[in-house]
Amino acid sequence: MRLWLLRHLAGLCLAVAALAVVLSAAPAHAVQPDEMLADPALEARARDISAGLRCLVCQNESIDASEADLARDLRLLVRKRLVAGDSDQEVVDYMVARYGEFVLLRPRFDWQTLALWGTPVVVLCAGAGFAFLSWRGRRRQAGPSSLSPEEAARVEALLRSGD
Amino acid sequence: MIVETGHYALVLALAVALVQSVLPLAGARLGDGRLMQTGTNTAILGFLLLALSFACLVTAHVQSDFSVLNVFENSNSAKPMLYKVTGVWGNHEGSMLLWVLILGLFGALVAGFGRDLPASLKANVLSVQAWITTAFLLFILATSNPFQRLSPAPFEGQDLNPVLQDVGLAIHPPLLYLGYVGFSIAFSFAVAALIDGRIDAAWARWVRPWTLVAWIFLTLGIAMGSYWAYYELGWGGWWFWDPVENASFMPWLSGTALLHSALVMEKRSALKIWTVLLAILTFSLSLLGTFLVRSGVLTSVHAFATDPTRGVFILAILAIFVGGSLALFAFRAAALEAGGLFAPISREGALVLNNLFLTTAAATVLVGTLYPLVLDVLAGTKISVGAPFFNMTFGPLMLPLLAVVPFGPLLAWKRGDLMAAAQRLWAAAGLALVVVIAVLAYTRGGKILAALGIGLAAWLILGSLTDLAGRAGFGRVARGVALRRLAGLPRSAFGTALAHLGLGITLLGIVSVVTFQTELITTMTPGQVVEAGGYAIRYEGTEKRQGPNYSEDAARFTLMRGTDRVDTMESARRLYTARQQPTTEAGIRTELFSQLYIALGDAGANGGATVVRVWWKPLVTLVWLGAVVMALGGIASLSDRRLRVGAPARSRRRALLQPEPAE
Repeated sequence: MRLWLLRHLAGLCLAVAALAVVLSAAPAHAVQPDEMLADPALEARARDISAGLRCLVCQNESIDASEADLARDLRLLVRKRLVAGDSDQEVVDYMVARYGEFVLLRPRFDWQTLALWGTPVVVLCAGAGFAFLSWRGRRRQAGPSSLSPEEAARVEALLRSGD
Repeated sequence: MIVETGHYALVLALAVALVQSVLPLAGARLGDGRLMQTGTNTAILGFLLLALSFACLVTAHVQSDFSVLNVFENSNSAKPMLYKVTGVWGNHEGSMLLWVLILGLFGALVAGFGRDLPASLKANVLSVQAWITTAFLLFILATSNPFQRLSPAPFEGQDLNPVLQDVGLAIHPPLLYLGYVGFSIAFSFAVAALIDGRIDAAWARWVRPWTLVAWIFLTLGIAMGSYWAYYELGWGGWWFWDPVENASFMPWLSGTALLHSALVMEKRSALKIWTVLLAILTFSLSLLGTFLVRSGVLTSVHAFATDPTRGVFILAILAIFVGGSLALFAFRAAALEAGGLFAPISREGALVLNNLFLTTAAATVLVGTLYPLVLDVLAGTKISVGAPFFNMTFGPLMLPLLAVVPFGPLLAWKRGDLMAAAQRLWAAAGLALVVVIAVLAYTRGGKILAALGIGLAAWLILGSLTDLAGRAGFGRVARGVALRRLAGLPRSAFGTALAHLGLGITLLGIVSVVTFQTELITTMTPGQVVEAGGYAIRYEGTEKRQGPNYSEDAARFTLMRGTDRVDTMESARRLYTARQQPTTEAGIRTELFSQLYIALGDAGANGGATVVRVWWKPLVTLVWLGAVVMALGGIASLSDRRLRVGAPARSRRRALLQPEPAE
């Protein structure tokens, strides 16, 4: 109920940029001590994985940062799978199989996310190509900038006669 | 009565804006000086009316007039006075009024300071500015009226959202809006230039300072918002790649690009068409940000669909202004004359590279922010694009840009000498390499990326200092002469150096806190001790307290180094009574540039036990201090006489007295 209220408020009162962030996560009682695994290496892996998984009922929050009950359930699930001996990839695959691609904060590269992942590369290359072409076009327009041999000789002669 | 006055002033402001939209433009077409002059008068009058309207809303909030719906929904008689005032813009209606007020302010500033502008350009600019004002005033009056009455008037208000009850609300939104909305001036100049079909020297000289003003405010606004989220949120994060943050970051990226391209245009009258396009794009991103935040489309596409009045209205404004200006650009850009030539290796070339990477970064953030919405609408597929995506794409785009930043200011205009620049930078590069090796040695080779990141930061910092030292002639002339030359350098040289220095400082903070921060999450009982940041931290116990409109559990901690008591810290969780909403008030201790950050989690079952989160955040404050240094660079550059129109005579005299070293 309180969570719902928080979200609802967020919709109404997004006064400014950071506020939404504040709203959607306050107060963040993320990972609880009782959830943490005794093995530090395993716990560190759990934190890493959790940071990449979305709390499904939150706005753009990872389960590692979220205080929602669902996020806690998912954090426990991740740890359960790790204790059972899954690799990081297997845990992520397991979560995707259960909750769909929506759970991934970094979407997989497939035909649907082609434009997403392609944007930086395409824009950079297109921009560089455009800059190069317009530079070359302008240089051609401006004509040859170097002097012809005859002109160079005349300049030389003029410079000498000036001494 | 006051409330009705405010409402009436708002309607009058709309009428004035309508006049301003038409008459000056018509005057410019007809060549009628009197019609053009109306722009100046209406811009100032419109601003005064908006200020009156805003003052009325502030009065209603200060007086806790709960017969006004907006006051009832966002205020409470027990709320401290500061938050009664700041609460005016801590809600949708009030913040839109602030938005338009600032829009009016910028219009009035152009009207007041633009005496030296060509009359037709000024008239066109003021008309375009009035189009934006008209659109947003219509939006406020039709869908978001802050002066709506409530009958019967309730006795008590619902209070302001507790997380907004912070001094941050007094500073962050006004700064951010001054930045956001400030880009409207660049936009209006661009559209005015397209309407006229020509750009002259006055255009570039004018656009750059206005862009700089907006950029300074936006930089400070974003940094302030980041720090606010950091201390208010209770888990020490300072950037989340949240769509709402991205909404303010995109105009910053393209605004930074615009600053640099406007520089080329001012000095070399090249990149004209691109600068105009960038001015349009930057304000379009500001408008897009307003749409994203105001329409509720971020909460979910479906929430947007169920109550679409506001969202559709802003979407229409967005479509008209972005579509209209881009169409105008497509028709008229060819009429603008292309400017001077330059070799790829030159100051201009470096600035083109800067623009290429900044624009790509802005496009990446834009696509990442909108992709889930668009995919949901088009294909019905739900995906998430969060921090891991942005870190993976934005980071690699920024690294090459940051690596070449020190070269830019060392290259000459038109045709630069890369080898000469590299020779002047060898000391900076050598020192940066030493830093990398030192960090590697310190971490015993464990943190290669951290070492490279800190090395890059050192390279940026030292590179910007090299630029200044080189201009002053340190190492070439006697130190006294060099110092005098340094003091005599044009302020814009300091501006460039400070802005790039700030970039390095921010990077240093980011790398340091990301790689070296320590985190401890545990349940503590009174008397228990934990270690963080070289301290032993003893939990003393929790005390219940009553604030004006909240109750809180405040936990006390004693900091010890060995057996010596160093300091005490306090960290609290609050419950705001009117909304029954909890917040955390983290305990933060700043030590030079690093911070110890203690946040309370839930209270334990047995007496006094509580969940405690302790972070040691090395050099974290540099993240924001760097942004402040960047803004200082902007201010230094802004104060340069060369930027102030109407001051060329005096700057020429000064130049004669004190010859500037050749660039």
